[in-house]
Amino acid sequence: MAETALLEIEDLHAWYGASHILHGIALHVNEGEVVALVGRNGAGKTTTLRAMMGLMPKATGRVSFAGRELLPLRAHQRFHLGLAYVPEERRIVPGLSVRENLRLGLVAAGSEIEERAAIDEIAETFPRLKERLDQEGVTLSGGEQQMLAIARALIAKPKMILLDEPSEGIMPVLVEEMGVLFRRLRDEGKTLLLVEQNVEWALRLADRAVIMDQGEVVHQSSAAALLADKDIQERYCAV
Amino acid sequence: MDLSLIIMQLLSGIALGAVLVITALGLTIVFGMLGVVNFAHGALFMIGAYAGLYLASLTGSFWWGLLLAPILIGAFGMLIEFVLIRRLYGRSIDDPLLLTFGLSYILVEGVRIVFGSDGIPFPTPPQLIGVLDLGIGFFPRYRLFVIMLVAVVLLVLWLTLEKTRVGLIVRAGARDPTIMQVLGVDIGRVWLAIFGLGVGLAALGGVLAGPMRSVNPEMGSLVLAEAFVVTVIGGLGSIVGAVVAGLMVGISISMVALFAPEMATIVMFALMAVVLLIRPQGLFGVRGRTA
Repeated sequence: MAETALLEIEDLHAWYGASHILHGIALHVNEGEVVALVGRNGAGKTTTLRAMMGLMPKATGRVSFAGRELLPLRAHQRFHLGLAYVPEERRIVPGLSVRENLRLGLVAAGSEIEERAAIDEIAETFPRLKERLDQEGVTLSGGEQQMLAIARALIAKPKMILLDEPSEGIMPVLVEEMGVLFRRLRDEGKTLLLVEQNVEWALRLADRAVIMDQGEVVHQSSAAALLADKDIQERYCAV
Repeated sequence: MDLSLIIMQLLSGIALGAVLVITALGLTIVFGMLGVVNFAHGALFMIGAYAGLYLASLTGSFWWGLLLAPILIGAFGMLIEFVLIRRLYGRSIDDPLLLTFGLSYILVEGVRIVFGSDGIPFPTPPQLIGVLDLGIGFFPRYRLFVIMLVAVVLLVLWLTLEKTRVGLIVRAGARDPTIMQVLGVDIGRVWLAIFGLGVGLAALGGVLAGPMRSVNPEMGSLVLAEAFVVTVIGGLGSIVGAVVAGLMVGISISMVALFAPEMATIVMFALMAVVLLIRPQGLFGVRGRTA
């Protein structure tokens, strides 16, 4: 595994109006690494991802991705650096078919000629979507919608994918399928930052773990070490 | 009263409705995608008519006026979005409403200063003067042309929205602008284009209406009211709604004029009242939509 940091965050602060959510967090993700970002509800995990994507009204500090400073960039420009984001709410666009939702992943990235081939390719990876390409996206089950959101983020071949609680509210069989997919993505050299409440599942997938609490990073270790350390898990992750 | 008369009156209603459809469409697209209630829409309709008239006399051809006025006024609309409206996104819906309300006064007074208060006749293009024998009666050529042109514009708009990539971006951006930014789309540019399109449609409506009414600085205020009635009946933000309601209002006015001419002007408001009572969100509107 290469030891160069693809993503490096230093002293990141973020606010929603007057409420100060992130208090100077620092973390990094190396190229080809899977990092689990865990912690209780309200710890600031989602805010961290949103700040990286340019979706927070106010964020300060330093976030560098592939050698570029992200914070001065507008949200849409970050996508073009190879950064993909699967939000917690999935945000499958209503009124559009599964195929059209997939196309959205490419409207800003590839040419229209490449679109068909890319959809065929991604449909091979996601057989559940392949059977439902012409169905309206929001009529899929929760798990299938999650798969669609992940596929839409993957279709433009990003360098790194930020995933916000992909396993939330999903049938166990699909969670397992997702685990297989994430391992495969890792083997293909993709870099993943995985925010999860399902801590054990996330730690089994990840190389490293970062724990957040009340807007700060409180612990970093290898995923295996955290998996073995029930005390720390109990202290920061127990509901 | 014979059937052919009713059919001819129906056609008149469709021609009337066609201009309403084009104008209301601009209003409803801008509201549906940007959440902006554009009170300057009527004034921009009027500016479109003046621009069409001016360009037609400058080039000596109605057709240049018809082509260039919507493009120029649409570009002017983009300037308005870029300089003024853009700053108000994310604020309460009243802010752009008040801004465009003020803007409409400036535009109307500006035209009054430059062109005067009196109505100016807008000559019908020579190719379209006179009537056409439809077998059951005679129908003004110009009105037939308006119906056909509006049908073509609607078809092009529909194909663009449903079949092209730009259309996909617009449809998705109207539902969820945030995810489009995450997927690399500069949504600000999409909104700029949409506002320009909306204003361009108002201007097209103005040029088309020119030869059917006289051109004066006040012509936009009635049109604004009509366009609002149409969008309310059809459902604010609904494109299909604007088309159906526009034709419905045009035909109703025309039909009522046949039987009770003095009632013609109030029929659209009566129609709106009935729709609001039975279906407050409009025929094709979505209940409780927040912009």
